[in-house]
Amino acid sequence: MVPLAGYLGLGLFMFTMGVVGVMIRRNPIVIFMCIELMLNSVNLTFVAFARYGSVTHHGSGIQSAMAGQMIVIFVMAVAAAEVAVGLGIIMAIFRLRKSIDIDDMSLLRG
Amino acid sequence: MPPTDELAKLTLFGALAGVAALSAVGVVAFGNAVRSALCLIANFFCLAFLYFTLNAELLGITQVIVYTGAIMVLFLFVIMLLNFGSPQFLKEPPDYLRKGIGILFGVVLFGLISSQVLMPLAKVKATTAPDDYGAPQQIGLSLFTTYVWPFEVASILLLIGIVGSIMLAKRKI
Repeated sequence: MVPLAGYLGLGLFMFTMGVVGVMIRRNPIVIFMCIELMLNSVNLTFVAFARYGSVTHHGSGIQSAMAGQMIVIFVMAVAAAEVAVGLGIIMAIFRLRKSIDIDDMSLLRG
Repeated sequence: MPPTDELAKLTLFGALAGVAALSAVGVVAFGNAVRSALCLIANFFCLAFLYFTLNAELLGITQVIVYTGAIMVLFLFVIMLLNFGSPQFLKEPPDYLRKGIGILFGVVLFGLISSQVLMPLAKVKATTAPDDYGAPQQIGLSLFTTYVWPFEVASILLLIGIVGSIMLAKRKI
């Protein structure tokens, strides 16, 4: 079988790329994409732990497997709501200021 | 299990993981937002197939439908509305200090977490979950019995998200 560390390593790499992207990019849409990348890397880690399972020996195998998958479903729901609201906020800011550079948005008030 | 089967699985995983990692780099590295979005779509597809290799079929299908179907269409729609694809829209001037600090932080983060998490778990190879743990029957049974309360909370969250995005999109209430 593929070792667990393969999936975890890929998840870690994607998460690191997301963090780096949030730090170095200035386009808010791309920053949003990097946040999605981080959420997905965490999802991958959850599913990998669900499959390779009871490393911590809590509960039975099927219980921890289902817990991992359930949290992935809820993360997907939260990500969908977050993207809808966040892109709406970006559109509203663009309408208000005609600019979208993240470094110019240093004030909370419009 | 014959060794050729194992080799095939390793090769499949390597190919999918390689494409996923490359497209993750592409999301950050491309200057054009449309290219970043297309890289992200490729990444999500690879993730869906990785879920299939982990026997989580329902999650893989949900990944394709929700992420590449709904979320990425929303992204591309906003890019189209704001005309982010045009190269002169948002020039990111080369800021080498910021890039250097970011990449250094990423390398340190990767090294730290991999040394603390990947090394102790390097020997785990046996799967403990049953093979049908990702089947729709199992997910539905679990979602509507043990996790019915979080499920309801998620539905309320989605409702608030719908109302909030409509409020944001309207010019005058």
